Amino acid sequence: MNINKQFPRALEDEAIFILREVAAQFEKPAILFSGGKDSITLVRLAQKAFFPGKIPFPLVHVDTGHNFPETTDFRDKLAAELGVELIIRNVEDSIKAGKVKEETGKYASRNALQTVTLLDTIEEFKFDACIGGARRDEEKARAKERIFSVRNDFGEWDAKKQRPELFDMLNGKIDLGENVRVFPISNWTELDVWNYIKAENLEIPSIYFAHEREVFDRDGMIWSDSEFINKSEDEVPYKTIVRFRTVGDMTCTAAVSSTADNIDTIIEEILEAEISERGARIDDKRSEAAMEKRKQQGYF
Amino acid sequence: MDILRIATAGSVDDGKSTLIGRLLFETQSITKDKIEALKAASQRKGLDFVDLSLLTDGLIAEREQGITIDVAHIYFNTPTRKYIIADTPGHFEYTRNMVTGASNASVSIILIDARNGVGEQTRRHFYISSLLEIKNVVVAVNKMDLVDYSETRYEEIKNDFFELSDKLRKPNQNITFIPISSLYGENIVVKSEKMPWYSGDSLLNILEGVAPEDIDSAVLPFRFPVQHVIRPKSEEYHDFRGYSGKIASGQINKGDMVAALPSQQISKVKEIFKYTDSLDSAHQTESVVITLEDNIDISRGNMLVKIGEQPELKKQVNARICWMDTEPMKVGKGYLVQHGINRVKAKVASIDSRLEISTFEASENVDELKLNQIGEVSFKLAAHIFADNFESNPANGAFIIIDEFNNNTVGVGFVK
Repeated sequence: MNINKQFPRALEDEAIFILREVAAQFEKPAILFSGGKDSITLVRLAQKAFFPGKIPFPLVHVDTGHNFPETTDFRDKLAAELGVELIIRNVEDSIKAGKVKEETGKYASRNALQTVTLLDTIEEFKFDACIGGARRDEEKARAKERIFSVRNDFGEWDAKKQRPELFDMLNGKIDLGENVRVFPISNWTELDVWNYIKAENLEIPSIYFAHEREVFDRDGMIWSDSEFINKSEDEVPYKTIVRFRTVGDMTCTAAVSSTADNIDTIIEEILEAEISERGARIDDKRSEAAMEKRKQQGYF
Repeated sequence: MDILRIATAGSVDDGKSTLIGRLLFETQSITKDKIEALKAASQRKGLDFVDLSLLTDGLIAEREQGITIDVAHIYFNTPTRKYIIADTPGHFEYTRNMVTGASNASVSIILIDARNGVGEQTRRHFYISSLLEIKNVVVAVNKMDLVDYSETRYEEIKNDFFELSDKLRKPNQNITFIPISSLYGENIVVKSEKMPWYSGDSLLNILEGVAPEDIDSAVLPFRFPVQHVIRPKSEEYHDFRGYSGKIASGQINKGDMVAALPSQQISKVKEIFKYTDSLDSAHQTESVVITLEDNIDISRGNMLVKIGEQPELKKQVNARICWMDTEPMKVGKGYLVQHGINRVKAKVASIDSRLEISTFEASENVDELKLNQIGEVSFKLAAHIFADNFESNPANGAFIIIDEFNNNTVGVGFVK
């Protein structure tokens, strides 16, 4: 039944409308850019929204220092090609400044620590709107998120006090110090993103395609071997063909066994997939409400 | 490929979440890990079945209380279209969330428990669907398995519903009735063998048959709210001045004569751009950039319309208001009114009548509107808005009300 391979253009029109509202309603917006497929899609939409003008927002990346080099290289290349300012802030610096503490143990990850660095970056540049590539289909707490999601002085999300969003009217009015997270591709699904990447012929980092990689198995998932993950003795790395369906930090993103090495085979694979995209996100598995709890703290 | 936006309303008890779960399941839209997670969560709650409502009730508070509080958005595809379901709460104290979720919908699914029949909630759902001018209403009589798939019971509910709906029904509104059992998947995707007396389509086929959302673009007036003026001032585009926006209604062709509101200055459409493509025409819901033959003064919040189709410029507006804030709306108080993207200062001149949404009691000459109350309100505006009557052109007939002091969206208005 689920055999749709066409991209619904109305989604693009909606996202472009949202991006233009951001440019008009805020003083200092930024695009949160990780080099992953969703943020690449956002950048494309911003390019279209303001053409023949330039993208009027800088790209901001909060780097955990544990990202895949393929993604960070891609990030630098795309920003340079577009001639858009790229602002990078490092979780490492927040750790050194004693603002956050590195996690320990088998599942140690800097994923949650990003929040503090992100909030500091927002304060440093006085960003009043941060545009992100989150989608409502990803996760059940995200399914409840508004397109303009208001955060208080501490970056916190209060799910019970969200502003009603009626028709396509967006209210981005905030007080000084508050900021809004904006999600232009809220209504897209994973499949929509891939169909869009295909329709627009967008370049994406190589780790989305099948490649040989040193991995090990943990909790029924395939982890990419790296110096940033604390392995136990019985977790022995081996080489196999994998790809990534979602790209986050190395410590929280699992690979999938796959031979899909082009967009068409990736789309085929998603259509047949038995596991959802966030199923490969180790950070979501910490508890039933892991995402909602992180969002309350100011997580993107 | 088009998108169909659906709103469902009801409480967990009506089987609403089960219905959505069933639609997702039958269209193969739930993945294995999500089903596993649902099973585990259901077990933790001590249930001996998989609780599909956990799929949509995503907030901690919702799962604790077993109710839907906020709107959840759920997506699925068929080979012909993409579906977006806004799953909204049915309790009257969350009416504002229901109005919010339903505001974008072109189909409203109203669920009735076959055992309980038409109730206050049914009436409220239908009232809100009509208030929002939702053209297609599907009334699904659920839990038919618990009334032995009885045609008599179904007909009884149908009659009760039409008795109520006749008073509220809008012209051109399609009301479709269907008996279902979402628990057993009867009449959801394929027609049920348990109810041979039912001659209509399955629920999914009814939805597949709904006309695309932009069908009206040929008959509605052209309304183009200018969002942002694009002036690159680069060498290549030195004199480029484009008006960007999303066409609210109608359609526009290259060469059409347009007027800019409020200045009323007239010019001709030079080009219509979508990124690098120059188009001959564009229609409602499309985001485009329009350039004009003449340099006239146009800024954000202005509107381009076709000559001869101008809306009335309003500085005094009468509207039906649904109030959404715990702090009541008061006569004499100032707010901001945002019509589309155009924000103006406003003052409540009078509240002419009020309807209590929980009881449907109406009263006249009141001085405030409380949370979830609906009233006829007259506003004085500091500047013009370019709105149509909501009934004749919903896409250009609604506005939101913003509290100037706490910045919240506190109400929605439908222009009369």
